Amino acid sequence: MLDKTIVGILISAIAFVTVYVITPGLINILTKRNMVVKDFNKPTAIMVARPGGPSILAGILASEFALYAFFPSNEILAIIITTSLAFLVGFADDRKVLGGWFKPLALAGSAAPIILLGVYYPHLAFPLFGSVSIPELYLGLIIFMIPVMGNSINSIDVLNGVASGFMTIASFALTICLFIVHNYDIALASLPLGFVSLAFYKYHKVPSRIFPGDSGALTLGAMYGTLAIVGHVEVIAAIALLPAVINSFLFLSSVKRIIEHRQIKAKPVVHTEDFRLMASDDKSAPVTLVRLILATGPMTEKQVGFVIFRLALFSAALAIITAFMMGIKI
Amino acid sequence: MKGTPIFFYIFVMWALIIGGGGLLVSIIAPLSIHGFGKLDSLIDSVVKAGIAMVLVVLWILVMSKIKNWIFHKQISH
Repeated sequence: MLDKTIVGILISAIAFVTVYVITPGLINILTKRNMVVKDFNKPTAIMVARPGGPSILAGILASEFALYAFFPSNEILAIIITTSLAFLVGFADDRKVLGGWFKPLALAGSAAPIILLGVYYPHLAFPLFGSVSIPELYLGLIIFMIPVMGNSINSIDVLNGVASGFMTIASFALTICLFIVHNYDIALASLPLGFVSLAFYKYHKVPSRIFPGDSGALTLGAMYGTLAIVGHVEVIAAIALLPAVINSFLFLSSVKRIIEHRQIKAKPVVHTEDFRLMASDDKSAPVTLVRLILATGPMTEKQVGFVIFRLALFSAALAIITAFMMGIKI
Repeated sequence: MKGTPIFFYIFVMWALIIGGGGLLVSIIAPLSIHGFGKLDSLIDSVVKAGIAMVLVVLWILVMSKIKNWIFHKQISH
């Protein structure tokens, strides 16, 4: 156990330091190559570097390979390969805008290593009632889960610092839940996700110096989904991610089809004269989490971000309660 | 507090996940279908998968109704 504690501290440090050190260099490279986008929520024309996915992936790979060197396992390999494939999907979308259906299908394909390496347990565990064996259905769940998690994080990446801050809270909650259900090996493998997100938040928070882009958001979401599957905590992981899931649900139930956010003509959020965010009164605009938060009145970008973080903390608490409930049978 | 209805919505979603899981594990999973010979396990799986999918659709409809109920004022705003 002491060995694992030391390795846990080591890989957490590697994950955090890698992203913390690499990201400023990446910002310079992206800016020199004119790979910048306008930050639409600022009164002046501020250009922000994008995508930050490469530094996020570097942090994940450095720490997971270090963990693999100490404790080799197929679970860690599945995390590394699936996360890398999701990064490639996101990076392709960052470089060239692809259709609304491309990402879910390509992300479904990136779940293949989980199936091929056989690192899943085809039982779905529910709190209080036990688990249910679903051998065939579980394969569908794996293929479904990676795109859902990836796109949920991607869809919540709408304001400075939200995706990385939200992911920091959700992934540390997942780590705590994995410890509660005594899955120490995967808890160890999940540590880098929280520390990578935390280090990236330093540059992503208001005012952002870099955006994660699709490559960053999909990398974080796919790793989270893979951890949920290999850690046998699918239901708990979904609960910790509920604000992002609700955002996707609200969006899909209002537009009623799978499309990219950039294809939406009517904006759900507009600006006041002093450039605070305000819910749009356009009835054709999609309903989103940010629009609902702003329904009570205009707020600054930072204030909206903190409301989302409070929602993330609430979901994290529900996920931890659920993890404790896993040990109780009625 | 800002976003209070959303906290409530998350809580309802959580309760529905727990309740739905209970229904799946304690009622649907123990069901077994016999009388089709070698096709027993296949038909058993198909029926259970069908019930699970109906439950998912029902769950989405319930969430959608609750969303409209909780956020009615916000959305019309």
